[in-house]
Amino acid sequence: MEFTISTTAGVPLYQQLTEQICSAIARGRLRGDERLPSVRELSQSLVVNPNTVARAYTELERDGTLYTRPGLGVFVSRSRPALPKKVRRERLTKGADQFLVDAVRLGCERAEVLELVDERMKQFQWPSSAAQAS
Amino acid sequence: MSGDNRSDAIKIDGLTKHYGSRRVVDSIKLRVPAGCVYGLLGRNGAGKSTLIKMLLGMVQPDVGRATLLDEDITQLRPQTRSRIAYLAEGHPLYRWMTVAGAVRFTQGFYEREAWHEGFLGSILDHFGISPKAKIGRLSNGERAQVSLALALASDPQLLILDDPTLGLDTVVRRDFLESMIHLIQRSGRTILFSSHILGDVERVADRIGIMVDGVMRIDCPTDHFKTQLRRVVLDFTGSVPRFPDCAGLVSQRQIGGKLELVVVGYGEEHAALAESLGAESVEMMELNLEDAFIAYTRGETRPLPSLEWEPVGC
Repeated sequence: MEFTISTTAGVPLYQQLTEQICSAIARGRLRGDERLPSVRELSQSLVVNPNTVARAYTELERDGTLYTRPGLGVFVSRSRPALPKKVRRERLTKGADQFLVDAVRLGCERAEVLELVDERMKQFQWPSSAAQAS
Repeated sequence: MSGDNRSDAIKIDGLTKHYGSRRVVDSIKLRVPAGCVYGLLGRNGAGKSTLIKMLLGMVQPDVGRATLLDEDITQLRPQTRSRIAYLAEGHPLYRWMTVAGAVRFTQGFYEREAWHEGFLGSILDHFGISPKAKIGRLSNGERAQVSLALALASDPQLLILDDPTLGLDTVVRRDFLESMIHLIQRSGRTILFSSHILGDVERVADRIGIMVDGVMRIDCPTDHFKTQLRRVVLDFTGSVPRFPDCAGLVSQRQIGGKLELVVVGYGEEHAALAESLGAESVEMMELNLEDAFIAYTRGETRPLPSLEWEPVGC
């Protein structure tokens, strides 16, 4: 798994890392129970302070995305955080709206939007219990 | 902040220095907790080197005091000094010496047990520098690496680096940062380093301090700096006043009837000041790092000349 860091972006370095880890998990490039590089390895290869890497891991552990096995390292959780539906909705609405603003502005039809969402969904890893994008 | 200074590797209390009538370091207060990597930013002449030299006893402060590893800087015991390493700006080394000669020379200042020959050798080996090489024949980058290796040979608890990447090209700079990261991983070490490159500081530092004209304008966690930085534009109907110096203010400049500020952690205190100056409106914008960098490196500029140009009295 390759991560990259940019010091010219307006986003703090630890946040760049959490975003990339989440994206890698969502796209299936990091699987459940897969081990992440150690703090030491990743800080060395990205040339960033180990505390930056540690902070990214800690934040993702707190929300259940990652877990630590003492002495063995940091791993990707199999399960997804169990948030109430209402909270999930709230978190996603902003992004959905942003996407729809662009869709309307570009003159998309409803069917085209749904088709696109359906197609893009195939790029991501969905929990096996949930309905697959057909 | 607690009065307990046990966990502070560096504690600076009001250090001030004048050169002639110019106040180059102005009442600096700073604490660097043990284990922290502190990046001190500022453009040339901001007072970074003078501050560092005062800490090490090479420049006498006019006012103020400081401790390194809990000992007053005016009374550092030799044992304590041997736990502190300093990399001077420009990596001065005797050019006629060989690398091995420079090692022997530096070793003479340390107790035998405080000197880790093997570690030093492995660093030089890692950099690919031969002990037989003449210092004078080395590139700037290689000399920087030799002086870092020499500083690390005593396994210092506190490492103070004065603009260590100055004059190094991008690749060598990255190598140098890598070795700093390596060092940081040997836990418990405290590092204070000055730099003029924001990106380097962001990669390496836990906390960041920004000096402007001898004053410490910013002192905050590195992440905080990036998320709390704002460009604030104040609109005035009449003449544009100067914004008073205050914590968090990185820079100000006048553009037409507006005053543009760059502020870290814009809060009630700043809002109250803006109001007291009679600002018509206050607009706040996010700032990308490039802008932030320019804002602090440029420091304060004179207003851009408008149509009615007036000579600026000094």
